[in-house]
Order: sequence, then C-alpha cells, then structure tokens
Amino acid sequence: MTDVSPPSDQPAPLLTATGLRKSFRVARNRTGNARLTALDGVDLRVERGRTLGLVGESGCGKSTLARVLLLLERPDEGTLRFDGIDPFTLRGRALRAWRRRVQMVFQDPFASLNARMTAAEIIAEPWRSHRDIAPEGARRDTRVRELLDLVGLRPGDAHRYPTEFSGGQRQRIGIARALALGPDLIVCDEPVSALDLSVQAQVLNLLADLQRELGVSYLFISHDLSVVRHVADRVSVMYLGRVVEHGPAEEVLDRPVHPYTSALVSSAPSLELTGDGRRRTVLQGEIPSPMDPPSGCRFRTRCPRATTVCAEAEPPPATRSGAPSGTGDHRGWCHHPLGPTPAPP
Amino acid sequence: MTPTTAPPARQPEPGAPPPALRVEGLTVDLTTPTGELRAVDGVGFSVHKGRTLALLGESGCGKSMTAQAVVGLLDPVARVTGGTAHVNGTEVLGLSRSQRARLAGPVLSIVFQDALTAMNPVRTVGAQLAEPFRIHRGLSRRAARERAVELMDGVGIPEPRARARSYPHQFSGGMRQRLLIAMAVALEPDVLIADEPTTALDVTVQAQVMELLADLQARQGMALVLITHDLAVVAEHADEVAVMYAGHVVETGPVTEVFTHPRHPYTRGLLDSVPERAAKGRPLHAVPGSPPELGSIPTGCVFQSRCPLAADVCAAERPRPRPTGPSRAAACHRSEELASD
Repeated sequence: MTDVSPPSDQPAPLLTATGLRKSFRVARNRTGNARLTALDGVDLRVERGRTLGLVGESGCGKSTLARVLLLLERPDEGTLRFDGIDPFTLRGRALRAWRRRVQMVFQDPFASLNARMTAAEIIAEPWRSHRDIAPEGARRDTRVRELLDLVGLRPGDAHRYPTEFSGGQRQRIGIARALALGPDLIVCDEPVSALDLSVQAQVLNLLADLQRELGVSYLFISHDLSVVRHVADRVSVMYLGRVVEHGPAEEVLDRPVHPYTSALVSSAPSLELTGDGRRRTVLQGEIPSPMDPPSGCRFRTRCPRATTVCAEAEPPPATRSGAPSGTGDHRGWCHHPLGPTPAPP
Repeated sequence: MTPTTAPPARQPEPGAPPPALRVEGLTVDLTTPTGELRAVDGVGFSVHKGRTLALLGESGCGKSMTAQAVVGLLDPVARVTGGTAHVNGTEVLGLSRSQRARLAGPVLSIVFQDALTAMNPVRTVGAQLAEPFRIHRGLSRRAARERAVELMDGVGIPEPRARARSYPHQFSGGMRQRLLIAMAVALEPDVLIADEPTTALDVTVQAQVMELLADLQARQGMALVLITHDLAVVAEHADEVAVMYAGHVVETGPVTEVFTHPRHPYTRGLLDSVPERAAKGRPLHAVPGSPPELGSIPTGCVFQSRCPLAADVCAAERPRPRPTGPSRAAACHRSEELASD
C-alpha cells in the first residue's frame, strides 16, 4: 500500500506505518480460542510538528494502534518508520533512547497520576529511566519549574499532591510529564474527554501553544469530531481495525468519501442545529464483533449504500467521485464513494 | 445562603395547563466528615407535557442530585432541606416511601447513565421488564412477559422474544440503554428524567438512543427532563434549558434564545469554549479556572471568581434570578451588559 506516501514537495514525515496487523488470541466459551483482529492492515502518517486526528468508535483499534506506536505491542505484520528508522529493530541503549521520543498523555487525569507523589516527583519520574539526560542537582528543580511554567502551573504547585488539583490542572501535570523527555511525538488518547467543557478549551489551547513553541507532533485520538476538527491537520478514520478514510481534516470532515465518515459526522450532535432542523442519517446497528468481521467491506452491514460487491471484494481506494484524481491525498476505501452527485447505490 | 424560593423561570399563561413537573427552591444538603455542604441551592425549573427541558451543567454542579431528589432516590448522605416539586400539581418531595413507590413508573420515571449497574445482573431482561406490569398493573406472569416482549420490540431490540431470556451482560451498551429506557417508559410516565442517557455510548449509537427517546416522547406525550453536560445535545433535543453552576440555576429560557443570546457570563463562556464555534488554528475562548469545591462556594455570586464581568456587587450579594426576556431569567447582577451583543 503506497497511499500514505506524501506529495514529494513536503518534508519527510516523522512517522509512517504501513500495513500494520495485530491480532490477539482470546478465550471463547465452548468453541475454544478465537482471534480478535484489532488492526487489519493499517497505514498511517504523522507529519513533523503537526497533528494527526484519529477518529473511530470503541473497538475500532485506536488504542491498539497507539500501543504499537509506543512499542508496547509488536505488530504481527507491517512496518513502522520513525524518523527514517524502524524502532522495532532497536535493542538495548538505542531502544531506550528511542523511547523518550514518543510519549503519551492519558484520558483520565485522576487515574494516570500517582496519588502518593507530588507534582514535581510525577514530572521528574521519567528521568529515573533516562538517567543519561536527567538534569542533575539544582538543574533538576529548575527544569521541573520550567515544565510547570510551560503548562501553566505555578512554581508553588511543585510540592502539592494530585488530590489538591482540579481535573484540568492534573491533565497539565500529565502533559508536563510527557514533555519531560523532550519527545518528538505525543500520543494523546482522548486527552480532554474526561474534563469539563469550560476546562477542555484551556487544555486544547495549551496543547496548541506547546506545538507552536516546541514543534512537537501529536497523534490525537478522540471521538469528539468538533475537537478533532479544531486541533487536527489531518484525520484518519478507523472502523473495525482498518483506516477507511484519511486526508486533510477539513476535507475529510466536510467532504467525506466514505459513508461511515459521513455517518459519524452526521451523528455528532451540533450546536448549529437547534430545534427540529434534524438532518440526521442515523446509522442502524452497532459495530460487528472484531472476532468475526464481515467479508469484503467491514462497514457493509451498517452501510446505507451497500450492494453485493461490498460483500465480495475488498473496497478499493477512492477519491470523492467527481473530484479530479491525484490531487491531494484524501482517500476513502469504498466501492460506492460519496460525491457531489451521489452515485447510484 | 439565599432564600430557598427562587421565582419560577416562567409564569404560566392564564388558562394554560400546569406544568407536568415544577421544581421550586429545591435545596439538598450533604452530610460529610467535614460538616454540612449544600449541593443544590434553591433550584427551580418547570417542564410541560410533551416538552423537553435540559438541565445543563458540568460535573459536580448538582444536576444529577437535583434529579435524584425529585424522584426520591437520593444517596443516604444527602437530604432535601427545602423546596417543592409538583408533578401534575401534586407535591412529591414530602411523600412517604410507599406513596412514592406508587408514582414510580406510571407518573414519574428515570433513566440512568450506566445501564449495566442500573439493571439486576442475575435476572433475565424479560423478567425485569415484566416487573412493572406485574406490580402496578397486576398482570399475570404470562401477560406481563408478553408486554415485556412488546416493549423490547418497541425500543428496537431485534428478536425480542428470544432476547427476553438473555441477561443484561449479554447485550451491547447501546442495547442495554434501550432496555433501560424501555423499563422507564413501560407504564407511560407523565414525566421522564434521563440522566446523561447517552454519555457512555459511541456517537452513532448516541444518535440512535436520542432518536428513540424523541420517538417515545412523541408517542406518549411525556415531559422529558434531559440531564446533560453536552451543549450540542441540548441544542438538538431540548426546548428549554436550565443552566446549572455550583448548585444553582444561573440561567433559564428557550434553548434557541439562550444559546444565541446568553444572558449569564457562565452560559456565554460555555458556548464560547465549544471548538465547533472557533476558527481553526485560533485559540479557543476558555473560561479561566475551574468550578469551586462545594466547601468553598463564595458568598455573593457563585461564578464571580471566573467571571470577566465580576464587580464589587458580585462579591457582596448573591444574584437572584431576574427576568431577562419573555420566559427567560438569569441570576446575574450584570446580565444587562450581555444584552447589547
């Protein structure tokens, strides 16, 4: 699959994943063991200093993908290239040095901080595993204070415990911890969905500021399309272990190729639609079991446009019908792509 | 503390039927190791038959506790210390447990957020859905079971007759939420309270569940109180909104008006911080700080520490809800300053 290669006039991406597959053996009653295919040939590209939004419902493989990118899972197939190297070939010291380049911000700021450590200890903890770059002595306190300042906390917060902070402040501590090793990529797994709306905006602004100042890239996993639309440069939409559509964020969300993307956009409640003006295409059914995915197109069991070909053949890459092909890299994998003039289903 | 009788947000027109649910001056106190805390303070709102009122607020604002107080399911550490709740003109807060039990189902009903913990894990869903018909209608086991199957069919459970023999854990999250809704509407209540009914669900399933609630409301004509933190859900599904902050209702009115011309700085702050309304790449309008802890709610206005318009009067005196337009009210000393734009 070559669809994730960028146009040649752009700098090399920070990360490319090609054809990632990962399945897990799960115990099943009576019938013995079964395999759950979490990733079924996933391609992905993260540009330097940019944000890739990763969108999909629960069970689509988002979290497994994040774990592979963090080298917490080894894919069964496929390759990962990070800044020109395959991190899965690294061993020992080189692997350790690589690990500091990808860090993570978790969804739940209440569960992801150790309640018995102060903010300063939490932020400094990554240095315990990376002593070669750990600041020593007084430099250490200075660096912790710099990180606190960077995420908008006060120096006096250094010696307070997580319970003394609000949810938004805790998420700032989690972000400071992720920054402590100077990563190139931060995987943000639903970083604001546990926060109150009035606090969400503060954290989203902070992430944007940090990207501008530090040039860090984000893989931003979220189910909230309005958040993704705001923060992401590019978007990949996942369904049952596959990327079904990717491209520039506005392109994908405003002019989707894939009926699933279109349904997601239309399902998301919107402020601009008050009262009775409902234009919703409500999708029927729920995501099928990843242990027994449908043949052909994974989405066909819920798709309003599905025909017999969708059950028989893997969907080909498609651009929005009517759009000149070969412009940009907006693709959806669908037998009946959406377009300005709807193709007959 | 403020007087516990906030004026009702809207005066009913003469001759109009009374609201299906009218809550006035509701106050709930919590007993904690550190003393008494006021979690709900003088909350008032009303909702008419066939209409939807959204109780909108962030976590800890008291919206769920308000609902629990109205249906009589408060946690033992919490108790109602003031106010009234009238359902079809009957006061319900002072009723005994057995009087309450007679209302629960045919008159007043609630859908909880977490469908798995709200159902009995060791009984089949068919038996649980049949229960209201056996208790309130005195139907036979067989007849009640038939009604349960019809009910499951009515909320879109495929193969309801076979699935009635399944246990709650054998259903997906979306299907469980449908079952919970089916249970709540079984006896066609006049008032249905839905406490974050879609928060735990994926977006495509959320849309299905909200559509189901709207269908049932249209069929049964019930008054719906939709408790949520999601502004977009309010915009799409509610007729009126009551915005809560730190145990208080700070603004009430028709959704279309409140969301286009908010008259409380908190409502405006919430609306401004929605990414959907912001230009891409530009900073979002964040509300600074975070909501106060229950133990440290300031005297004066509850929102003063985060408010861009806060003045001396806001620290000195707690604002009472004042009319800001036809059927609208806001509890803000400075709401006129929001009227100009």
